[in-house]
Amino acid sequence: MTGAGDFDLLLVPPRPRTGWRVLPARVTAMCVVELQKLRHDRTELYTRAVQPALWLLIFGETFTRIKVIPTGGIPYLDYLAPGIIAQSTMFIAIFYGIQIIWERDSGVLTKLLVTPTPRVALVTGKAFAAGVKAMIQAVVVVLIAALLGVSMTWNPLRLAGVIVVVLLGSAFFSCLSVTIAGIVLTRDRLMGIGQAITMPLFFASNALYPTTAMPDWLRYISVINPLSYEVDALRGLLLGIPSDLPLDFVVLFAAAAIGITAASGLLGRLAR
Amino acid sequence: MRDDTPAVSCTGLSYSFGQTKAVDGLDLTVVSGEVFGLLGPNGAGKTTAIRCVTTLLPVPSGMVKVFGYDAATEQMAVRRLLGYVPQQLSADGGLTGRENVSLFARVFDVSRRERAARVGQALEVVGLADAADRLAATYSGGMVRRLELAQALVSSPRLLMLDEPTIGLDPIARTSVWEHILAVRAATGMTVLVTTHYMDEADQYCDRIALMHHGRVRALGTPEQLTDDLRARLGDGSSPTLEDVFRDVAGSGLNEGGGEFRDVRRTRNTASRVG
Repeated sequence: MTGAGDFDLLLVPPRPRTGWRVLPARVTAMCVVELQKLRHDRTELYTRAVQPALWLLIFGETFTRIKVIPTGGIPYLDYLAPGIIAQSTMFIAIFYGIQIIWERDSGVLTKLLVTPTPRVALVTGKAFAAGVKAMIQAVVVVLIAALLGVSMTWNPLRLAGVIVVVLLGSAFFSCLSVTIAGIVLTRDRLMGIGQAITMPLFFASNALYPTTAMPDWLRYISVINPLSYEVDALRGLLLGIPSDLPLDFVVLFAAAAIGITAASGLLGRLAR
Repeated sequence: MRDDTPAVSCTGLSYSFGQTKAVDGLDLTVVSGEVFGLLGPNGAGKTTAIRCVTTLLPVPSGMVKVFGYDAATEQMAVRRLLGYVPQQLSADGGLTGRENVSLFARVFDVSRRERAARVGQALEVVGLADAADRLAATYSGGMVRRLELAQALVSSPRLLMLDEPTIGLDPIARTSVWEHILAVRAATGMTVLVTTHYMDEADQYCDRIALMHHGRVRALGTPEQLTDDLRARLGDGSSPTLEDVFRDVAGSGLNEGGGEFRDVRRTRNTASRVG
């Protein structure tokens, strides 16, 4: 039975936030939840570190020795490290839709949809919550790369730029995933599609090799691949090699905005 | 404020999934302050009706109003008045009880100054203060339901909507969930709209009930009214139960075609997770 405890606070509804204040409040709420979950169960953080470590350790070290990829004079391992940051954070984000479908089936999402949270705010919140995981992943990969002797910048301003780039990239890929989830509606189908698109996104980007080494048709694909811009920005920021940072940021902002719009539009389908 | 405004009013509400008419011309008024039970077998349209009221399903304007706010055009205003507990177990097992409630305090704009105290009170009310810092994954089915109740209560809703709150629970947990619902309602005066297919619960705990079948309300009144009416009509000295009223209203074929695959699967999933 209920105790006779005070519940005076529960008799007065909270004062609603209005206007622009809603969005940052919801984004914070979603990110806090993501961090709390990670605090209770860190398994994912450890297992997620295995793949990028192998890419750098095996693929990176080998190709550094055989020197077949034109990197513009820097060691291949250095060239590869930003690519692996982008790739491994994309892998996390691209399966974020699975979590959304799980939340839908379990009723968690349903309940969030009945809170005073506009769909766009909910999707933006989820996109940045996915970004929280990606950011932690990025830190892990940077540390692994540093251990392997990659010489990267420790300039705090540039590292802040890296965080923004990773957040935007992961916002786009997680929203792409939620959009697909909104279309296919089941975990199995999303899993299949996720598997099918990650490798093409990865190989049709400049993560492993410069676009100048690609055949023409692949180069065209890489031009419309947001991952290429993410990698370019990360290389510019971390290694200080020439890159088109303004263009990269514009593309990543635009991609994230398009992703959030598309995912918000399809979120209603997941509510039905 | 608008105290004579009905908590919920549905006027000619219809909703179809493809060819299936889940709700078919539903008229319903829930008076402010009452415990209203929506009864019916699987597939009667209860959950769909609830989802229309909660703004989860899109409805044309004018059909559904919550305390006078239109569910189609004033969604945010409607949602601020609602505390919703869906049929599935919707607490997040990867978070503690306190974190689960705290999330809903945040998304309902509870100020930071008040948050911890308010979350604490919500957990206290449902009797989970001691278990608040355990992961929800370790809770029993009845505890999860009470946690969900706390999640709904933390925003001080005027209308509490519960979709099959006791499905799959053992009798003791069922009683406990209902006792908490009624205690909260007594203390806050909030309106409660609940769906169930347990006739005994409706009989015992609801002020008024509506019997739904094939997407419409087939009978409406207090449990006594409904059984009295049937007794008068039968006139054979028997004392019918709500279940008899329901059989009478729904006619034969009560168990045929009732409940689509998806409904049944969801119900079973919930039941198995409650354990």
